[in-house]
This record gives sequence, C-alpha cells and structure tokens, in this order.
Amino acid sequence: MGVNQPLGDNIITTSLDSLVNWARKSSIWPMTFGLACCAIEMMATGAAKHDLDRFGIIFRASPRQSDCIIIAGTVTKKMLPVIQTVYEQMPEPKWVVAMGACACSGGIFDTYSVVQGIDEALPVDVYIPGCPPRPEALLFGLMKLQDKIANEKNTFGSSIGLGDRLEPAA
Amino acid sequence: MAENNRAVVKLKERFADALLETKEFRGEVTVTVKKEKVLEVLKCLKEDLKYDFLVDVTAVDYLGQEPRFMVVYQLTSIPNKDKIRVKAPVTEEDCFIDSATALWNSADWLEREVYDLMGIKFVNHPNLVRILMTDDWVGHPLRKDYPVQGPDREPYKGRLS
Amino acid sequence: MSTEIMTLNMGPQHPSTHGVLRLVVELDGEVIQKITPHIGYLHRGVEKLSEHRTYHQTIPLTDRLDYLAPMSNNLGYVLAVEKLLGIEIPERAKTVRIIMSELTRLKSHLVWIACHALDIGAMTVFLYAFREREKVMDIYEKVSGARMTSNYYRVGGLSRELYDGFERDVKDVVDTFPGCFDTYEGLLTKNTIWLQRTVGNGVISAEDAINYGISGPALRGSGVDFDLRRDIPYSGYEEYDFKVPVGENCDTFDRYKCRLVEMREAVKIIDQALKKLKPGPVLADAPQVCYPPKESVYNSIEGLIHHFKIASEGFPVPEGEVYQGIEAPKGELGYYVVSDGSNRPYRMRIRPPSFVNLSAIEKMAKGSMLADLVAVIGTLDIVLGEIDR
Repeated sequence: MGVNQPLGDNIITTSLDSLVNWARKSSIWPMTFGLACCAIEMMATGAAKHDLDRFGIIFRASPRQSDCIIIAGTVTKKMLPVIQTVYEQMPEPKWVVAMGACACSGGIFDTYSVVQGIDEALPVDVYIPGCPPRPEALLFGLMKLQDKIANEKNTFGSSIGLGDRLEPAA
Repeated sequence: MAENNRAVVKLKERFADALLETKEFRGEVTVTVKKEKVLEVLKCLKEDLKYDFLVDVTAVDYLGQEPRFMVVYQLTSIPNKDKIRVKAPVTEEDCFIDSATALWNSADWLEREVYDLMGIKFVNHPNLVRILMTDDWVGHPLRKDYPVQGPDREPYKGRLS
Repeated sequence: MSTEIMTLNMGPQHPSTHGVLRLVVELDGEVIQKITPHIGYLHRGVEKLSEHRTYHQTIPLTDRLDYLAPMSNNLGYVLAVEKLLGIEIPERAKTVRIIMSELTRLKSHLVWIACHALDIGAMTVFLYAFREREKVMDIYEKVSGARMTSNYYRVGGLSRELYDGFERDVKDVVDTFPGCFDTYEGLLTKNTIWLQRTVGNGVISAEDAINYGISGPALRGSGVDFDLRRDIPYSGYEEYDFKVPVGENCDTFDRYKCRLVEMREAVKIIDQALKKLKPGPVLADAPQVCYPPKESVYNSIEGLIHHFKIASEGFPVPEGEVYQGIEAPKGELGYYVVSDGSNRPYRMRIRPPSFVNLSAIEKMAKGSMLADLVAVIGTLDIVLGEIDR
C-alpha cells in the first residue's frame, strides 16, 4: 500500500474527550492579529529564538482558519467593532487570549478612546500580564490555554448531539 | 536675538502690521502673526526665505485666555538648515483659519488632526473630516475642557489623572 | 466592453498592513486608482494623558509610541524637557544615549527589513533579522530591565549606571552585525524577485517628498541630503563621523539601500562612541530636577525628603515652549512641549514621522498594481502606535 503503519494492526482505546482535546490543544492556530506593542513580542515569539511552531502553534492570516485569537495590544473604541467581527468570523471552538496589560485592563491608557480591557466584549480564557509580556510569558500563557483545553468535558460530544457540555472540575 | 534673525528682519519689512510678536527662547525663534495674514506669511517664508519643509501643524488650547487657541506651524529650511515657528491666534467664536494645503500637501493630514482633536476649522481644506476618532464622535478630545477619561465615565479618584 | 471600478477594503485586520491600518483601495482591474487610508484604530490619547502626568511620568508613555524604537522616543522627549529647563547633562550620559539610540536604530531597521522582506515573500530574512534583534534586546534588557518598553532615559541623564560587561556586549554587536548585513544583502540585493518587486516601485520625486513632508530614510531615498543628526545636531552628534546615504532613483530599492547603509553607519557611530565612553556621573548636577544619589537617600533625612518630593510632585519647569526634533529611525520625530511653569506639561505635541510619511501613500502607489501596495507600505516603514498616538 505504501502507507507505513508504525502501530501495526493494533487497536487503541481512549475516551472521545481525550482524543479530541489532545488534537485541539496540539494544534492551536491563532490569528495573525497584532494591535500594538505586544504584537512585536508575539512576532518575536514566533521567530527563530522562541519558535512557537514546536507547540503546533501556527499563525493563520484568516479568521476562518483559526481557533484562537490573541488580543495583542491596546483595544480602542474605534477598533472594538472590528475585533468583534473577526471573533464572530472564527469557527467554534474558539479561545481568546488577552496579551498584555492593555488587553487585560486598559493598562496605563486610562483615556477617552481606550476600552478598559477586552473582557468587556469577548470571553477571555487566559490573561497574560506584562507591558509587553516577554515571549516566555506568552509561551506560558499558551501552555495554560493548552491545559484548559485538555480539561474540557464533552465539548465535542455536545456539539454532535451526545449529551450536555460539562464544566470541568476546578 | 530674534531681531537679528534673517526671517524676522524680512517679515518685519513685509508684514509690519500683521506681526504681533517675535520672540526667541532657548535659541528658537517664534513669530506670532494675525490669522488673516498667516497664509501670506507662510508663503513668503516658503518661497522667499526657503523654509521649504512644513514639519508640523498643531494647536494649543489656552482655556480661560483670550484668544483661546493658538495654531502653531513648525518650519524647517533644508538648504539653510534652520527652523522657525509661526503662531497664529484663533478665538473661540471665529474658530477657523486658512488652510496651508495650497502650499504644502503635508498640511492635509496635520490640519485634519487639529480639526479632529481641537475643533479648529481650516478654510479651503479639500477634505476636512475626522481622522483619528470615529466619524460620529462628539467633542474634541484635546480641548482642555474635555475630560481625559471621556465624558461618560466617572473619573477614578485613586491616582493623579 | 464596459469596465467598473472595484472598491477593496484592506485592513484593519490584514497581515501586511503592519498593525491596524485600513486602506480603502479603488481598483481598475489590478491597477490602483485611489487609496483612502483610514487611521486612528490605535489612538490611545497619549498627548491628552501627558497633560495629566508629571514630566517624569510622561517618559513611559513615549516608549509606547514607536514601539520598535522606544529609546529614540525617550530621547526626543527628554531633550525637549532639558531644553526647557536649560540644563546640561554629563558627558557619559550623552555618550550612552548615543550608543543606545543607535542600537535602537539597528533594532528598528532590523524589524523593517524582516517585515518588508516577509511581505514580499522572502521569509528567511525575517528569521535571520529577528535572531540578530534578540542580541540588541538582550542589551536593552540588561541596561533598562525591559525588552521593549525601556523607560531608561531621565530628564538630566539616565535612570541608572550601566551594567558590568556592557562594553563587551556592544562590542560583540559592532563586530558581528556587519557580517549579518552582508548576509541580508546576499539574500536580497541581487535576488531577481526582490529586484522585480522593488525597482521602480513607489517612486516619489525629491520635490514631492519635501512637499508631502516625508522625512528620514524615505526622504533620503528620494535624493534629498538632509539628516537632522548632521545638519541640526542634538545630543552631541556633531562629534561623530558618519556618512548620510542618499538615493537616486527615488524608488523602494533605493530606500532599501539607504536603510542598509544607515545600519552600517549606525554600527560605526556605536564603535566611535564606545571609544569615547569614560567613567563619570550619569545624572546632571541639578538637584531641583534629578534624584539625589542613593547613599544620601538611605543615610540622611534631607536626601530622603528630596527624593520623595521629586518622586511625588515632580519638578516645576520654567514657562515657555520648545520644539525638539530628532532623527528617529522612521524620520523626524519632534516634541513640542509647552510649559505653564507647573510640574506637568501644559501641552505636549508629538510630531510623528510615520503619520506624515503615510499621507503620501496615494502619491506613491497610484497607478501601480495592488500587490505592489504591500511593498509601498513596507518601504514607508510605518508604526501605527506612532501614527495614532
């Protein structure tokens, strides 16, 4: 056949959750969506020294192909509708990472034009503090997101009509 | 001293009645002119005195003083390698001034920004619309009577702002 | 056959617009007829906020303007305030400022070449340039404590003394970087794809460039020999010997060559400054403005009160107004500071180079193909944090 089967003719049993969560957490594809200073650190994280690819994290330029949005920078009132549109264009399941002080809380920009934290508009999964966070901090935040995804209960099953989605134990 | 500056000497000759003040502070020459004459003064500076590079157009809001606004032009002469600043007072009632877009294309966006954030209108500007804020924004944020955190928020008392 | 003009929206979420720039492009086929840039998606109100902060508290705000070159922004601001105060800073602080500002120029230009090449399709340069940039980032971090938002300069000098081994690290940059630039040039300068995408693209004549207020490498790429560091010197640049590169053909390729020469010259300036670096104080002897030495704060009540007063109240600045323009990596960055005699700026206007450079985009890209627009954005080297402030 030409197909190499390293496992031979064996069967592996696992739960649906473990399989789906393993697949999801090992291929987080975030949007290439830089807003401000944090975007440069996000690029530095993706470049040679820190290398996000080893986590299966590959930046996608289209919201249709991505399942995670990293809000990297200050969100202004003018920008907020755009972010919401992009978020709505992403297919389920999707996660939001607030990177940096501005995305978490508005940061030092307590002014008329700045949204005081992206959580006023989107459900945030991971907050990464720092101004801007170091690449290591972003890596740690994304690993926290992987932990969160690994603990999800029946999210895939519930979407194909097999029971309800369960809240993971704290 | 400001009186010996080549531009000031020339401007004093040509626009004796339009010049309100000439001043030198920390080696920088500032010329204040009447707003009706500002375009002629800028044209003279550009064409006769070789201040060919319009660096910046901005405005300062002196709330509580009369006239309230001061429009500020920073000019650089690339051949002669020096700078000059031209200012023109604008009152709150007649909140407009001639546009410098006829002389420099760079004035286009700079004047739009002054209009957006300070609310000073530029007569004969080709496209005077807001540039930084959304089109439906109310108010002009850089005015001194505009609260820093916006009019719809109670300011947080725990810090300096 | 009838043809129609098509309107295409590009951004604010677009991988090649370098942030949150939005361009509404009108196209006849693939040829650009009109470009309407929409900016302000990152307007954070820095100018307004600085009116509510003391002079020292404004320095961190300037870091976040052009976040690729934070120390250049600091430099313009502290020079403006020092001019208002009329204080002189010590020789060592001046030299360190020049080293750090030129390292900043390298850092900013490395991101420029990385993104410019990535946009046009040369990914290797992106990975190489970011690898080199990490070296500068490490120096930044050791000097100031932060990789990007440094907040290192102070009114009157520097916030702290350099670390041990600074000279060794900078010497390493001086020794290794020219070889890296050779690598980039090897990858790009004779690359057929690169040449086809950049030669004859985004042409703007010298006269138009001045008329549109373009400054920095983009102006010099159009053949105007003007560099603030040499022509209206500040911060002691008159003591250094460096060449100012000037282009001839006014296109993207010439601007690329200008910036590469500028990077090599920056390395030379750093090398000269390293030789000048002598031990000495890094803060001016101006007790009304600068913090007292730490020994005095820890050991005497007068020193403690002095420190507390400057930290909490700031310092008053004489009434007046100054404009200080510096040659930032992107062009002429100017600070126009108006003081009313209190401890806060009455008005702080930032003259952003990217903002004015971007206004010429229609002039530069009209009549070319849509795909070339990406090259024009790359060659303008814009940063939205500075455009919108």
